[in-house]
Amino acid sequence: MFPSLPHTEEDLRTMLAAVGAASLEDLFADVPPELRLRQPLAIPSSRSEAEVYRRLSALAAANRTDAVCFLGGGSYDHLIPAVVGAVLGRSEFYTAYTPYQAEISQGVLQAIFEYQSLICALTGLEVSNASLYDGATAACEAASLALNSVRRSRKVLYARTLHPHTRRVLATHFSGLEVELEEVACRDGVMDRDDLRRRLGAGTAALIVQSPNFLGYLEDLTGLAEEVHAAGALLVQCADPLSLGALRSPGDWGADVAAGDAQPCGLPSYFGGPTVGYLAARQAYLHRLPGRIAGQSVDRDGRRAFVLTLQAREQHIKRERATSNICSNQALAALAVAVYLASVGRQGLAEAARQSAAKAHYLAERLGRETRARPLAARPFFLEFPLELPGPAAPVLKDMEEQGFFAGLPLERLAPELAPDGAEAGRVILVAVTEKRTREELDRYVQAMKRILK
Amino acid sequence: MVTPKELKYARSHEWVRVEGELAFVGITDYAQESLGDIVYVEPPEAGQTVKQGEEVATIESVKAASPIYAPVSGQVERLNPLLEKTPELINQKPYEAFLFVVRLSAPAELAGLLDAAAYESHVEQEKAAH
Repeated sequence: MFPSLPHTEEDLRTMLAAVGAASLEDLFADVPPELRLRQPLAIPSSRSEAEVYRRLSALAAANRTDAVCFLGGGSYDHLIPAVVGAVLGRSEFYTAYTPYQAEISQGVLQAIFEYQSLICALTGLEVSNASLYDGATAACEAASLALNSVRRSRKVLYARTLHPHTRRVLATHFSGLEVELEEVACRDGVMDRDDLRRRLGAGTAALIVQSPNFLGYLEDLTGLAEEVHAAGALLVQCADPLSLGALRSPGDWGADVAAGDAQPCGLPSYFGGPTVGYLAARQAYLHRLPGRIAGQSVDRDGRRAFVLTLQAREQHIKRERATSNICSNQALAALAVAVYLASVGRQGLAEAARQSAAKAHYLAERLGRETRARPLAARPFFLEFPLELPGPAAPVLKDMEEQGFFAGLPLERLAPELAPDGAEAGRVILVAVTEKRTREELDRYVQAMKRILK
Repeated sequence: MVTPKELKYARSHEWVRVEGELAFVGITDYAQESLGDIVYVEPPEAGQTVKQGEEVATIESVKAASPIYAPVSGQVERLNPLLEKTPELINQKPYEAFLFVVRLSAPAELAGLLDAAAYESHVEQEKAAH
């Protein structure tokens, strides 16, 4: 087998002859000359397989894989059981594109169905779609769902404590549409409820709030659903699904929609993706869910079978009346989530969440006691917390890296506006701790930080 | 194709049954047949004021989502609660499964609607055009 099969000169001649073109130039004659590339593409000429391997190995070697990871900011270094990779690597799943002849692909539909069932169980909501690209687009689809559900609404509120990427994608998604996006202020690292009260009112479709929020803090969701519902709007909660192994579910809090990124459940951090977005809602919004939904049925012999139940929002059904441009799902990544959740189970997920939180709190406590860094941990947090350094973050992060740690994310680069408790953004890093970190790694982190900040 | 004589029809395939000041509105046998299995009805809002020809509801079938136009002007008096759970009633009994009831504000509009015979020939013309 060849790794790839390029067209030969002869293939090209045969194809050109079949369409009656004398040359490639001739084939493209209808493309206006000013739009055509005049010189060959600026890519290197062909290389042998061995040369390509050497080149790619050199590039891969530039990555640093030995450092201990305390990076989070939406993408977390959790344990992933080997079974996830083993199932994902099966060619039936790995090489398949979205099932157009859906019911022929029973395995894919079953996987989607199980993913949806698991997401419903986690979020405490009744219906889930088959998945979306990522957490940010899931938040956009949640906002669209709310705009289409709440009559005469055109305003979407979101907390400033949302992941900054989600805020940016919301702005992009709704630019050019007659939708007002309003940011609810942040006070001491969490959503300002007084500012929310000022902004809630007729015409509001939804409030989108993230908990644990971007800084890692838990938002106080007490009474929030009642307040939002009283204004006629829907409550959308973005939650780290792994945190739901230990925390109250969005459904329990009274949220109408849950949306977020499921990366923590079975997907590695890679280089920022691919991840997978989840979207779940109350039964009443079933017909507003974008994308597709797989369902369980029986075949003509009465055997359990799976079907594409709903793709009501998709463009081939709704045409110009479509309310979303999502026409597929993030199948392989969603499968990773399903296999992860099925393999760790209810107990395992609770354990992962509790251990992550316990280790994060242990690290924050020791850093506060033994180093000159100040954990901004005066309010409840899950597995990530802001750490204020005595000086600029960049040199400390560099020194820590030399000691073998990716010590944290500089807040200034991502969301300087969120610096809590009077801290200067340039001195704050976000430190994430997962169940994967060992006691020894945490203790070494403290020692290294102590030395560097002495 | 069934086309009851006692009803009025819009060119956009809605039927109207007048009872005093109220008009019951549904879709015709031809319309339900063309749509195929109906899975969802997105109704207007009770109390909403509608104008003749205005798009007020959507019917979704396994094939398509189709707009429903108000055949008469007025205020939406009530909806058919059965359609929320059993939208397939439209396929089964198109002339019983009304979508909503309008309190007429311009009864004169009724004279502009088609009778059964005119509607049938309108459908034949549409079919021929396709």
